[in-house]
Amino acid sequence: MIRLVPRSTASTFWQVATPVMAVLATMIAGGVLFAIMGHDPVTAIRTIFWDPLFGPAAAYSRPQLLVKAAPLILIASGLAIGFRAGIWNIGAEGQYIIGGLTGGAVALAAYPSEGAWIFPAMVIAGAAGGWAWGMIPALLRNWFGASEILVSLMLVYVAQRVAAWMAFGPMKNPEGFGFPGSRNLQQYPAASNPELIAGTGAHWGVVAAAVAVLVTWVLVSRHIRGFHIRAAGSAPRAARFAGVNPATLVAFCLGLSGALAGMAGLFEVAGPAGQITDKLGTGYGFTAIIVAFLGRLHPVGILLAGLLLALTYIGGELAQLTMQLPAATVQVFQGMLLFFLLGFDVLTRFRIQRKGQS
Amino acid sequence: MIDPLSVFLLLLSASTPILFAALGELIAERAGILNLGVEGMMITGALAGFAAAYATGNPFIGFLVAALAGAAISLLYTVLTQVFLANQVASGLALTLFGLGLAAMFGKPFEGVKAPPMPDGPFGINWIVWLGLLMVPVIWWFLNRTRRGLILRAVGENHEAAHALGYDVRLTRTAAIAFGGAMAGIGGAFISIATVLQWTEGMTAGAGWIALAIVVFSSWTAFGVLAGAWLFGGVTVLQLRLQAAEVDVPVQLLSMAPYLATIIVLVLISARQTYSRKAGGAAPGSLGNNFHALR
Repeated sequence: MIRLVPRSTASTFWQVATPVMAVLATMIAGGVLFAIMGHDPVTAIRTIFWDPLFGPAAAYSRPQLLVKAAPLILIASGLAIGFRAGIWNIGAEGQYIIGGLTGGAVALAAYPSEGAWIFPAMVIAGAAGGWAWGMIPALLRNWFGASEILVSLMLVYVAQRVAAWMAFGPMKNPEGFGFPGSRNLQQYPAASNPELIAGTGAHWGVVAAAVAVLVTWVLVSRHIRGFHIRAAGSAPRAARFAGVNPATLVAFCLGLSGALAGMAGLFEVAGPAGQITDKLGTGYGFTAIIVAFLGRLHPVGILLAGLLLALTYIGGELAQLTMQLPAATVQVFQGMLLFFLLGFDVLTRFRIQRKGQS
Repeated sequence: MIDPLSVFLLLLSASTPILFAALGELIAERAGILNLGVEGMMITGALAGFAAAYATGNPFIGFLVAALAGAAISLLYTVLTQVFLANQVASGLALTLFGLGLAAMFGKPFEGVKAPPMPDGPFGINWIVWLGLLMVPVIWWFLNRTRRGLILRAVGENHEAAHALGYDVRLTRTAAIAFGGAMAGIGGAFISIATVLQWTEGMTAGAGWIALAIVVFSSWTAFGVLAGAWLFGGVTVLQLRLQAAEVDVPVQLLSMAPYLATIIVLVLISARQTYSRKAGGAAPGSLGNNFHALR
């Protein structure tokens, strides 16, 4: 028999090794799943993890990597800050949607005027919208003790319906021949979020994601607030004695992650999506939770994890086209990844001992 | 106009999925387990139950399979939290994301087919609705009047003490999680087999999360769960009635009502639990914490 002995501090080696192991285990388990479904497992895994980067159509799919990774990294950087402090913002998807709506609203209000102020104003409005949507669970928790997990999640469903209402009602394109959805912002130069360097997929969201990684890294490792966050997460009682105000921390974490998610939503609406529709939320807010965990809540880890999960999105689309795999395959992969990560994580916190040994 | 009896029957039907899921989660939470995977277990039950009912032509076999499927997928959560001692919040989320993906993946062949008809029970009310109503006193009795219920509560209230008294914390929790999974599975299957009568991707639409909120609302009691489920059912029926009456409010805004009502109720009950010391109904002492026996 074996038993688990808690480590006094988490193992650095296993902290880096477990995400890698989780990815490998996901590939193996995914292969088994494909075999059961009657597909060739090797081809399927290669289609999802290799072909988007190096396959025959890679020139087309490679730029997509940054397009998909940017929102994931942007959202996950914010979420990770809260998760470190034990503040669970599960509703980033809702904050993303609202950010897209408020940012998009600025563009639609300004149409058709031109001006350099429009795009920055949209970004600010998007961040503000996401911030406000994130502050709802924060204030309800601080004032009434309501669970931020449940409130933020309920607000995702509310946000989806707000988006549907806007797309079919107030924000519908007046020149859209009755089709739902707003004006296409890609055709409105002052408000569009174009590819900055041709062939890379990099738009302003990618720049913002890079900045977010840097800023959160400095915040967590160098700033007093980062110390408070880490203290509150690992020893809440001690943190109180160190002068950490839990209510301020809740508001800060939910507000920050909301603002980043809102920005991600705006970049998507003004860029790759191009317009406000009822399908504005595509699940980035939920996948970003996996990115945050897989990246070990560390900015550099999140960067790598975001790129990897972006790869599974693109690979999943490719597998859908070439192998007729169902679209939900990606979701299953992402879920499995989180399962394996959480399971293997036992190694970072515990030593494994044979019984009878001391 | 509106016939109160028919409204009540609709309310019963609308509240049943949530009632099952919330009663299951109630047992899990009383054992100290915060399982955020309810939504994932519900959708698994919704698909597995629908598939079995469609294949056999017997809706009751569908519900049985749904319960088994819900319990089976909850094992993943059990392995993570009870064997590998993973964080309960993260593990529950993983279960929800995985369950939604798995159901969407295997559900494709069942899109567009119809569920077999379900015979009505006494008074024209669905048998599963009756079963749900019956489960409320049964669970109350189990928790408050049986020895096993007492052990389960002890494990949830203080797992160190329960362990010291010689009770098997891990076994108790494993059973509670499996029961929660089975109940969530039945709740999900009620949506696909008895309400919507077909399978569509993501059809549980947050019902599992609402069930979680209703457990908080209930102050962790069985009859409280019933009250919460009926409140939710009432809001849903009212909202659907208003839609049918073509009130001059966009449909999308009306359909927010159940989610907004859940938030409001959650806030009211949390405020009561936070500010009034006399009001009982605090969360179980060990809720959300894993137990690791050092000796």
